[in-house]
Amino acid sequence: MSVWNPFATVAETKAALDRKQVSASELAEHYLARAEALNPTLNAYVTLDRDKTLAEARAADARRASGDTAALLGVPVAHKDIYLIDGWRTTCGSRMLENFVAPYTSTVVANMAAAGMVTLGKLNMDEFAMGSSNETSYFGTVKNPWDLTRVPGGSSGGSAAAVAAGLAPASTGTDTGGSIRQPAMFCNLTGLKPTYGICSRYGIIAFASSLDQAGPFARTAEDCALLLNAMAGFDPHDATSLDRPREDYTRNLARPLAGLRIGLPREFFGEGVAPDIARAVDAALDVYRKLGATTVEISLPNVKYSVPAYYVVAPAEASSNLSRFDGVRYGHRAERYDDLLDLYKKSRAEGFGAEVKRRILIGTYVLSHGYYDAYYLQAGKLRRLIAEDFKRAYEVCDLVMGPTAPESAFAFGAKSDDPVKMYLNDIFTICANLTGQPAMSHPCGVDDSGQHVGMHIIGNYLDEARMLNAAHQFQRATDWHTRHPSI
Amino acid sequence: MAQWEIVIGLETHVQLTTQSKIFSGSSTAFGAAPNTQAAIVDLALPGALPVMNRGAVERAVRFGLAIGATINQRSIMARKNYFYPDLPKGYQISQFETPIVQGGGLTITLDDGATKFIELTRAHLEEDAGKLVHDLFEGQSGVDLNRAGTPLLEIVTEPVMRSAHEAIAYARALHNLVRYLDICDGNMQEGSFRCDVNVSVRPLGQTEFGTRREIKNLNSFKFMQQAIDYEVRWQIEQIEDGKKIVQATVLFNPDTGETRAMRTKEDAMDYRYFPDPDLPPLVITDAELERIRAALPELPAAKCARFASQYGLPAYDATLLSQDGATAAFYEATVGGGADAKLAANWMLGDLAAALNREELSIEQSPVGAAQLAGVIQRISDGTISHKIGKSVFEALWNGEGENADAIIDTRGLRQISDVGALERIVDEVLARSAAQIADYKAGKEKALMSIVGQVMKASQGKANPAQVNEIIRRRLG
Repeated sequence: MSVWNPFATVAETKAALDRKQVSASELAEHYLARAEALNPTLNAYVTLDRDKTLAEARAADARRASGDTAALLGVPVAHKDIYLIDGWRTTCGSRMLENFVAPYTSTVVANMAAAGMVTLGKLNMDEFAMGSSNETSYFGTVKNPWDLTRVPGGSSGGSAAAVAAGLAPASTGTDTGGSIRQPAMFCNLTGLKPTYGICSRYGIIAFASSLDQAGPFARTAEDCALLLNAMAGFDPHDATSLDRPREDYTRNLARPLAGLRIGLPREFFGEGVAPDIARAVDAALDVYRKLGATTVEISLPNVKYSVPAYYVVAPAEASSNLSRFDGVRYGHRAERYDDLLDLYKKSRAEGFGAEVKRRILIGTYVLSHGYYDAYYLQAGKLRRLIAEDFKRAYEVCDLVMGPTAPESAFAFGAKSDDPVKMYLNDIFTICANLTGQPAMSHPCGVDDSGQHVGMHIIGNYLDEARMLNAAHQFQRATDWHTRHPSI
Repeated sequence: MAQWEIVIGLETHVQLTTQSKIFSGSSTAFGAAPNTQAAIVDLALPGALPVMNRGAVERAVRFGLAIGATINQRSIMARKNYFYPDLPKGYQISQFETPIVQGGGLTITLDDGATKFIELTRAHLEEDAGKLVHDLFEGQSGVDLNRAGTPLLEIVTEPVMRSAHEAIAYARALHNLVRYLDICDGNMQEGSFRCDVNVSVRPLGQTEFGTRREIKNLNSFKFMQQAIDYEVRWQIEQIEDGKKIVQATVLFNPDTGETRAMRTKEDAMDYRYFPDPDLPPLVITDAELERIRAALPELPAAKCARFASQYGLPAYDATLLSQDGATAAFYEATVGGGADAKLAANWMLGDLAAALNREELSIEQSPVGAAQLAGVIQRISDGTISHKIGKSVFEALWNGEGENADAIIDTRGLRQISDVGALERIVDEVLARSAAQIADYKAGKEKALMSIVGQVMKASQGKANPAQVNEIIRRRLG
């Protein structure tokens, strides 16, 4: 290895490994050194473990020497700290799990390890994935590498910042309401939330079980396809995992876009979207049209109920999912307590931060006797109505596009005092979680302040290959995605 | 003083016989060292997810079909949320709005022979909790999660029972049925079959129910009887003293024989039930339903009726022999082995049952097999041995002193003597030294004849055919 470009793509990294221009150990060492140097500034990693990473890299090199041809053998990847990895501390961004060392490995990480990927470390995140700015992490905020005064987005803020800053060639995130796509936009990356059930949730700490889905962060759509190939697959340990044959998500990348019908929901282009963001998105749509796609205006009349429906469903499920953090078996336990009830109260009061408590309270309230029908049941009906809107839309279009978020990366503290303002940042991304459809964000320009704008692509169920094809063709015609911060 | 009517409904937790837990691969075996059967899912580690054990589903369906209930082919698993250290997830996965089994019922037979149909409300699948251990650590409690996630079927009746007797007859019939269906081992000491009994009283003739109290976790029929008796007396006393019954959950203390309130409705919890998003709706296809239906064993009531008609057994025998699967199978194998049906019933309910009781063995553990018993009965029927010799052959088989009845009869020379010449010689010898008895007989004392027969039997070492002996003596003295 002469000088490694830390902003190389996964495809380039894989090619260099295949050509023996670089070894897995050299790559691991390179990214570890960068992470060790820059993490004090960015705070993207919560845990780095040089010995573990280098041991994995050496094992990958040995596999390669013995003729193993696993798809991504030796390519480093960093994981959001919501994925359990046997022997690694797994905090979920919370004091509750500050010292929790996972005793088993999540299926997605195991799948990626089987494909040969080397774990670089665990990435910072909003506490229990609740947040849109990475400001709720117990381990401190993550800085946006493009502008250290701005948030990287959330909840997978560390995942986005690490790749954007060249501290990893790729990373994993999870997306419950936009937690991959919004930080991908804020950090100028390509991020994909697959169809619900494509990636196993086993070993990923649950936030809202019916909405959570794992996905990749990378520089390009092609990389996302390569990563999804490694991450996806039926898992008998997850009853919501889709039992279907593996597919090659790269298979359609090279297709021309002629004939592609792009639906533009008027609800995604109206009030609330910053004009400079709308301009960037419009310009990007011109690129798509030049590539042969046609655009058609559509309407998703119920999509306006996404945020209220989401803020019933997600907190409700979270309030129950987080009950296991009770200080009895693992995680934070208060030092002094009078009795069992006091143990619960103190351990949870000390272990959880404000946003997590807020959502537990909301969730407990909406599920309580007499309120269930008015909230949770009603939210379930809205989910079905929104899904029907999309079903109708796919009669006239193949993909739905719009801005990923109504505003670009904002300054620290700008929204942290107003939860509703923060929640509205996910106004366009949430609908895909409520319906379970795949959705992604790719770089498509900058706003007037130079902050990055993301193109949001929502696809029909299991249509990831078509979405990746569109984004890949866009990226062949543009260079927004090749830009990286000078850090 | 008013006449009181007792109203009882039961909720029974039946532990299903799956090898592994309802949502994980951990073993359900009883009695292992604490927490050795609690893995990722049972401990509710972060990221752990439940996966439905189809064996538990199949057992629930088997039960539903057996009691003529509606099987909901799409039922919903729901979370029941509350905090307790024996509940690692902070919620129990159960069924709430749409249980897998709805309706149906079973017929109970009371002591006086009367029958009554007990309607069931529902039966739903759920997981058991772990247990707290208070005597292991000084000043602290331990948590053993081996039992956490054990599959349960909670079977709920309508409030249709009107006495402790009916409640116990129902509990026994249910206990029988679940073992018959092989969905529960029925072990009450180990907690495989536990009853919660809802009890209320009301003045006879009143249509509205009184306020009920629920007696939790009764794990023996005897305790159930004592608990209900106490509770009914207590409630009537309260009302007659002008006090109101407060809806409550109570525990029965077997040492004092009393019930004591654990919590009242005022501190009832809000469980915040909602469909578990980790588990898709529980679907049972038509094909599955048919497969399970086809594999259903013959049920006790049907078997009892068949035993009566096919084998000509009195109702009493048919009932006893059809009560559990193993006994019924043993009986049919004995008859199939060539034994007379009524004699086989007599032997099984008589000598065999006595021997099993004496040595505290189950029918499956009987040292005398069905074929062996059939051999004994056949030799009695065909006159090779007397009933009395039959008993000794049975004892010999029980003690492992021979392969089968014929072998024992041959090696011990037990064959009945039916040769007239031989019998006449023995009779004559006995008559020659029985002058006193002969005189008595001739004086009209029938008893004297029996004494002579006894002498002859003794002289023949029990092998003489008693009927023939009788006849020869009468001829000689006549």
